[in-house]
Amino acid sequence: MERDVNQALAREFGLNAEEYQRVLTIMGRTPSFTEFGVFSVMWSEHCSYKSSRVWLKQLPTKAPWVIHGPGENAGVVAIGDGLAAIFKMESHNHPSFIEPYQGAATGVGGILRDVFTMGARPIANLNALRFGNPNNPRTRRIVDGVVRGIGGYGNCVGVPTVGGEINFHPAYDGNPLVNAMTVGIAPVDRIFLSAAAGLGNPVVYVGSKTGRDGIHGATMASAEFDANSEEKRPTVQVGDPFTEKLLIEACLELMATDAIVAIQDMGAAGLTSSSVEMAGKGGVGIELNLDNVPAREIGMTAYEFMLSESQERMLMVLRPDREDVARAIFDKWDLDFAIIGHITDTGRITVRHQGEIKADIPLAPLNDQAPLYTRPTLETSKKEALNPARIEDRVGLTGALRTLIACPDLCSRAWVWDQYDSTVGGQTVKRPGAADAAVVKLEGLKRALALTTDCTPRYCLADPEAGGMQAVAEAWRNLTAVGARPLAITDNMNFGNPEKPEIMGQFAAAIRGMAAACEALDFPVVSGNVSLYNETEGRGILPTPAIGGLGVLEDAAQAVGISLAPWLDIVVVGATKGWLGQSLWLREIGGREDGAPPPVDLTVERANGDFVRSRILSGEIRACHDVADGGILVAIAEMAMESGTGARLSAHPRDIPGHAFWFGEDQGRYIVAVPDHASFIRAAEAAGIPTMKLGTSGGGDLTLPDGGTISVESLRADHQRFFKAWMDGDAAENRS
Amino acid sequence: MKAGIVVFPGINRERDMAIALELSTGVKPRMVWHKETDLSGLDLVVIPGGFSFGDYLRCGAMAARSPVMAAIHDHAARGGYILGVCNGFQILTEAGLLPGALLRNAGLRFLSMDANLRVERADTVFTRQYQKGQVFRSVMAHGDGNFFADTATLDRLDGEGLVAFRYADDNLNGSARAIAGVFSPNLRILGMMPHPEDMVDPLMGCTDGKPLFDALAAA
Repeated sequence: MERDVNQALAREFGLNAEEYQRVLTIMGRTPSFTEFGVFSVMWSEHCSYKSSRVWLKQLPTKAPWVIHGPGENAGVVAIGDGLAAIFKMESHNHPSFIEPYQGAATGVGGILRDVFTMGARPIANLNALRFGNPNNPRTRRIVDGVVRGIGGYGNCVGVPTVGGEINFHPAYDGNPLVNAMTVGIAPVDRIFLSAAAGLGNPVVYVGSKTGRDGIHGATMASAEFDANSEEKRPTVQVGDPFTEKLLIEACLELMATDAIVAIQDMGAAGLTSSSVEMAGKGGVGIELNLDNVPAREIGMTAYEFMLSESQERMLMVLRPDREDVARAIFDKWDLDFAIIGHITDTGRITVRHQGEIKADIPLAPLNDQAPLYTRPTLETSKKEALNPARIEDRVGLTGALRTLIACPDLCSRAWVWDQYDSTVGGQTVKRPGAADAAVVKLEGLKRALALTTDCTPRYCLADPEAGGMQAVAEAWRNLTAVGARPLAITDNMNFGNPEKPEIMGQFAAAIRGMAAACEALDFPVVSGNVSLYNETEGRGILPTPAIGGLGVLEDAAQAVGISLAPWLDIVVVGATKGWLGQSLWLREIGGREDGAPPPVDLTVERANGDFVRSRILSGEIRACHDVADGGILVAIAEMAMESGTGARLSAHPRDIPGHAFWFGEDQGRYIVAVPDHASFIRAAEAAGIPTMKLGTSGGGDLTLPDGGTISVESLRADHQRFFKAWMDGDAAENRS
Repeated sequence: MKAGIVVFPGINRERDMAIALELSTGVKPRMVWHKETDLSGLDLVVIPGGFSFGDYLRCGAMAARSPVMAAIHDHAARGGYILGVCNGFQILTEAGLLPGALLRNAGLRFLSMDANLRVERADTVFTRQYQKGQVFRSVMAHGDGNFFADTATLDRLDGEGLVAFRYADDNLNGSARAIAGVFSPNLRILGMMPHPEDMVDPLMGCTDGKPLFDALAAA
């Protein structure tokens, strides 16, 4: 059904009056319905980054090991042995709220395609998830669907899901965040890019057939939700991980030949964005004949073909003399293979359907004149640093520890991980929960990658700049804590409505903090994704710049985890002042989210981390855990629960209140377990690194400095209670 | 021992299996595409884990009707060795080469975790490098591992000593009599749900799965 193109349709398609005028100027006439569809999705926030581009430019993107930074389907870094790691994180927030299972599943599928389209075999998936208040009945349904969706897709395609993070906060009630990350491996000289080339070269469509699903998904993802958001369900795509698995194998098989000139997955905005971007990047033209597109339904219009977001599809430009080679491979895998067009020198995208030209758009202005906004920003006002001496502790260490390790934000995530296949591939050295970062070995080599996702949104809300800096630093720290050399990050910027100055202010400040951390830690951004308009009925999420970090270990055998072995000395590396502002202790025990978040001193961060890494690689550090949410005592408890070995902890310094010392969230710290604290502390002193011995491991109990004793078994029981009771409680009752 | 690994579309643990087999045999196994029909020269046919044909019908049902299956039936009739793990086990039951069926896990959720298995008999070509009663660590990763058979079949499996492994601790997927793996009557076909192939390198946690492949390599 073609509709009249006018101002009203523009509004419905998410373009404002000025943007609509710009379309008219470029076209020199009123565009056809199909042409207007192309403009509206290409110029959506989701595809054009029109509100964020000016800020993203501030992020450092270069280092000697960076092969491709932002701008390609995913980032590419050299990792040694002639190999490259290709990785990216991407959001599927809006669809996951409307339809949690399919939203999350297709999020995994989409990010996998971004990575294998560059020639990489995917070797690991991670995710970063945020959900609403657990007491909101809707949250439980969303968590269940998202976890099943991530598992359903990842398990079937055979890529291990090795890590991730989950937070809960009422600010995500109407806007859960589902950020999925994929990491793949390719030889450095076999990386495939998307720039089309070669006059007359065939444009080939492979993968699943095109249906009417996901039409205008990119537009949906570029708007706030209202009370009727469930009506948007038809804009959510449906995933088919089996076809994706075939597509991975077929593409990698084809990539071993010399047939491919350029390749790109059909992600958001489907055939439109893939063809426009490939031709645009190559500075060529492209002509498509939609009669040849494999269709799942009859009677589809040109508009529907161009805007469908049906999953598991790829677009390629082939060498004309290699068509047969390519066709044979896709036949073998029972996948559709269709020549749907060719490369031209017109600089235009021309779309034919049933004998008519349905769209004919100049590519340069479609890309170059896409809207770009420097939206007004309003800085978040700075919060006061809280004085720990003025914060009363009415609970004591034992009670607070028990409460914290059982609370939704700190409790065991095993219920979630246990639904993700984390071992397929046979290379997972550190599975979820075993270490601060997942460690995945490269098949047939000693080398391994360390992978993590991190962000502390409550810090970001209180101070977006400090929070952005902290997110990058924490990713760097988590990689360091397994012994890896951090190389680069991918970022997933999840924010509210950018048309509100306070939201744009959060965005700008977070970028500023991230950029400073990337610079100081030699930890550039090589890929990323922006998700704005995470608002429902005017309520925005916590600013959430999720960071996916990647590091490398020369020898997988050198990786350490958090598991605390007996008869070791426990030492904290890094200075402790007792920072309680925005801590989980303050929220869960003190009942308030208040104060300035802990600052990150990037010079100290780097020095502490470099020291810890050197001592892991020398074999001195047997277990290592960064100090994050919940502070020192929670970190030690987590190490004890992982192994079952307890510890006896000594008294804290007198000048810091006990609860501030043990639960404060000062940054740049690690808990390490070493055979001999004296020699370790001497080496630290020589390097100018502050350390303090906290106790000794052994036995089955955690003995606290105030005399309280908790068995590690009972801690584990508390730690594991929440998810099982919350998610499977009712079902268990029904069965009995 | 010349080994071949059968690859159906959607199988995803064929690389893990190849690594384990090569580690024990010193030879790269032959990868057999499901449309091939000639398995001559192979002593051991392995069907690895994954989601053959997406498991969109019943797990293993489509694969059990693939072109390669006629050759696998011939291989079995000749007394050849067959190992089916996870989806491979499901395929062998769907093909009628092993008894029973694998239903959806009792808790209706995918289970990915270590599983301790008890060796029920150690006088087979698959298990002779374990001791009877020995408990070893393996990895499970499945949504449909709940072994089911009627009582008569279960009694027969027990009576004839055709149970290979049982879950030693929790029987989380709800398998009948905690059965994790079964043999064919001639003890030359083994189907099991957990993955010994992912436990052959100390870096991945332990090498408890390696004796199974070492034993096959020596056969």
